[in-house]
Amino acid sequence: MTKPIAPAPAIRVDGLHKSFGRTRALDGLDLTVEAGEVHGFLGPNGAGKSTTIRVLLGLLRADRGTARLLDRDPWHDAVALHRRVAYVPGDVTLWRNLSGGEVIDLYGRLRGGMDRARRDELLERFELDPTKKGRTYSKGNRQKVALVAAFASDVDLLILDEPTSGLDPLMEEVFQTCVIEERDRGRTVLLSSHVLSEVEALCDRVSIIRKGRTVESGSLGELRHLTRTSIVAELAGPDGVPPAVAGGGLAALPGVHDLDVQGHRVRLQVDTGKLDAVLRSLATSGVRSLTSTPPTLEELFLRHYQDDVRGGADRDETAVAR
Amino acid sequence: MTAVAAAVPAGTARSRQLAGTGVLLRLALRRDRVMIPAWVLGLGLVVASLGSSFEALYGTAAERAQLAGSMTTNGSMRALYGPVFSDSLGGLIAWRMAGFGAVLAAVMSLLIVVRHTREEEETGRQELLSAAMVGRRAPLTAALLAALLANAVLVVLIAAGLARSGRPAAGSLALGLAIGGTGMLFAGLAAIAAQLTESARMAKGLTGAVLGLAFALRGAGDAADATAGSPLTWAAPLGWAENLRAYADERWGALLLFLAGTALTVAAAYALTARRDLGMSFLPARPGPARAPRSLAGPFGLAWRLQRTTLGGWTLGYVCAGAVFGGIAKGASDMVGGNQRTREIFERMGGQARLTDAFLATMVGMLGMVAAIYAAGAVLRLRGEETADRAEPVLAGAVGRLRWAAGHLAVAYAGTVVVLGFGGLALGISYGISVGDAGRVGPVLAAALAQVPAVWTLTGLAVLAFGLLPRATTAVWAVVGGCLALGWIGPSLRLPQWAMDLSPYGHLPKLPGTHATAAPFVWLLALSAVFLAAGLAGFRRRDIG
Repeated sequence: MTKPIAPAPAIRVDGLHKSFGRTRALDGLDLTVEAGEVHGFLGPNGAGKSTTIRVLLGLLRADRGTARLLDRDPWHDAVALHRRVAYVPGDVTLWRNLSGGEVIDLYGRLRGGMDRARRDELLERFELDPTKKGRTYSKGNRQKVALVAAFASDVDLLILDEPTSGLDPLMEEVFQTCVIEERDRGRTVLLSSHVLSEVEALCDRVSIIRKGRTVESGSLGELRHLTRTSIVAELAGPDGVPPAVAGGGLAALPGVHDLDVQGHRVRLQVDTGKLDAVLRSLATSGVRSLTSTPPTLEELFLRHYQDDVRGGADRDETAVAR
Repeated sequence: MTAVAAAVPAGTARSRQLAGTGVLLRLALRRDRVMIPAWVLGLGLVVASLGSSFEALYGTAAERAQLAGSMTTNGSMRALYGPVFSDSLGGLIAWRMAGFGAVLAAVMSLLIVVRHTREEEETGRQELLSAAMVGRRAPLTAALLAALLANAVLVVLIAAGLARSGRPAAGSLALGLAIGGTGMLFAGLAAIAAQLTESARMAKGLTGAVLGLAFALRGAGDAADATAGSPLTWAAPLGWAENLRAYADERWGALLLFLAGTALTVAAAYALTARRDLGMSFLPARPGPARAPRSLAGPFGLAWRLQRTTLGGWTLGYVCAGAVFGGIAKGASDMVGGNQRTREIFERMGGQARLTDAFLATMVGMLGMVAAIYAAGAVLRLRGEETADRAEPVLAGAVGRLRWAAGHLAVAYAGTVVVLGFGGLALGISYGISVGDAGRVGPVLAAALAQVPAVWTLTGLAVLAFGLLPRATTAVWAVVGGCLALGWIGPSLRLPQWAMDLSPYGHLPKLPGTHATAAPFVWLLALSAVFLAAGLAGFRRRDIG
């Protein structure tokens, strides 16, 4: 790490509670986003992502728990904080009689200011016509208006709430490049998203929440550690059964699941933390080929919602988990 | 076209255009299951129950003749309610209710039609419906049928209610039809407006402007002519309603005007529907500037940008209304000469000048009451921005809540002064020209501005609701409507003073022409300030969304 010492995290949330009537939106949520990182914020619909973001923006007042944004109170210091924060909602609504260019400039002026050259460059990259009126933009183009305004604003922290819904794949790529540029400039990004490939490509660390509570948080590497790697190997051995299998070695190893042996081919799943022992055992049989697939974020994500998927108790969440 | 295609019966294509109308109508009625019954029952009961109140108040023929005489000879009363055609109990009910009921039926109908046509398209909901088995003409047809149903029930309620309380059946039906007919005509006008404009707000505003024009024309015509025969009266649909002359040798021919008017407007709306794409309008959006002007820099610039068109429209409307009423003020008071007894009364009260002052005071009072609609609408724009999720990204900028609210509130509070100021100025200048006395401009303008504290009280109430009960902001309209009704029909019901005092307008002196003390203004301004402060304090504390 070449980063200078970060005195305080950009976002720090501890034990946040928020209820709307009888609905519990947040139920002890924790979230830490270090300065200068791109942080993925994952969870199914209704998990509490947008509620958390609204608390961080000082739009909602939390019932219990603490939230700190850039080391200040998001409710009391809202105006001062918002000079340093750009926000892109998941569903952008524009004023029908204001042009896209006017809205972008307005948001720039409402924040800490805007880099004009960067604004024009972004308009070009996102292929956005700034002279159209709010009513005539498609969903994707409305989203672009908010994104251009956010990326061109002179801020320290970007809070993006499912910002790419409605963008086509080309624009998705432009978006990803922009986020990487922002990180390289030292800005912090909180990215709430459903597009797991996007999160995998962009995020240094992720937090997965569910029913208003954080269930997992860490770097992708750390999270992968908690899941299984699948391994397909072809083993040597002149004839007969490979020694590793014959000895019952693999099946006996801790953390090995779904072992399937067909002749020389071995398929298995192993808890990523126990990979070392499995590889050593395989090596004793002489490996001819080996494919190891790390868990995808999707598998990671699904693992946390498995209960719901199996039980089908909460259809909303099942649908999100795909 | 091949012969085969031509052989398809014409009825098939037409019925395909109407496919799904039944489902859409049921959807509309389901969505409006509170709104339509509330309007229809409320309006029907007010009209029907007026019979018994009038019976109690003006039980003898002599009392009724006296009321009819004084009302017919008074130009300002005719401008407000139209002339009295018969001094029977029914005749008085029709005199007091034809205009009031017709205006409210028109408002109800335009709300129903726009809600199920342009608003559905604007929000994108219509796209989902039209992708299903829904014909091109079905949404408009369903909206018009919903309006027809509401107006038909209203006609039955009024006719049956009045007939049951002993009024002649023919007159009761005529009054019901005058009110329902106006409703349907404005349903047709709203259907046209919904095709022309891109937003539901504009469609409602456009139809409302036509209604305001109709009211001004009828008022001016009736003030000038005690027999409702003026061309101005006949030019306005509200004039047709009174010229149906319920309980006074009904002129059923006036119904033909409603029928023809409704048929024409509905046909025009269908023709326009056929010529446009879903979601598009005939007044399309032009491209805007690529960069924001310097003025669009913060919450004040934004609020001004969003509300300036509405304020301009209201100001223009008030200037027109003021000019018209100022022009007829002299003629309206000249009329009194015809009635010996009333003239004596008025002369005792201060003569000709006094009478004109009374007319001007009535008009100023009306301008003041209607201005509350502007002010409440301007305040509730805050709630509209909030529920449309447009407030959130603005408040996520370096904008305090109070500053954001202050932008829209400045437009609401200052706009009230602007609207009333220009209306009063136009009234004063127009009247000053007609009597050749420039010295009248000042007092009339001052009288119009004296309405401001009462309007601000209702404005403050809207802020209070927005801050403390954001989900119940529609109740503000009920309060504004209640104050209008109190001012409009309250006096002839001889309501007790405490009831009239419920409305802030009840506390204002009748200006010009009477002596004003500071006390009521101070109290109203103080109350307004308390409402404003409490509303803003609540808004600072509450959740957004």
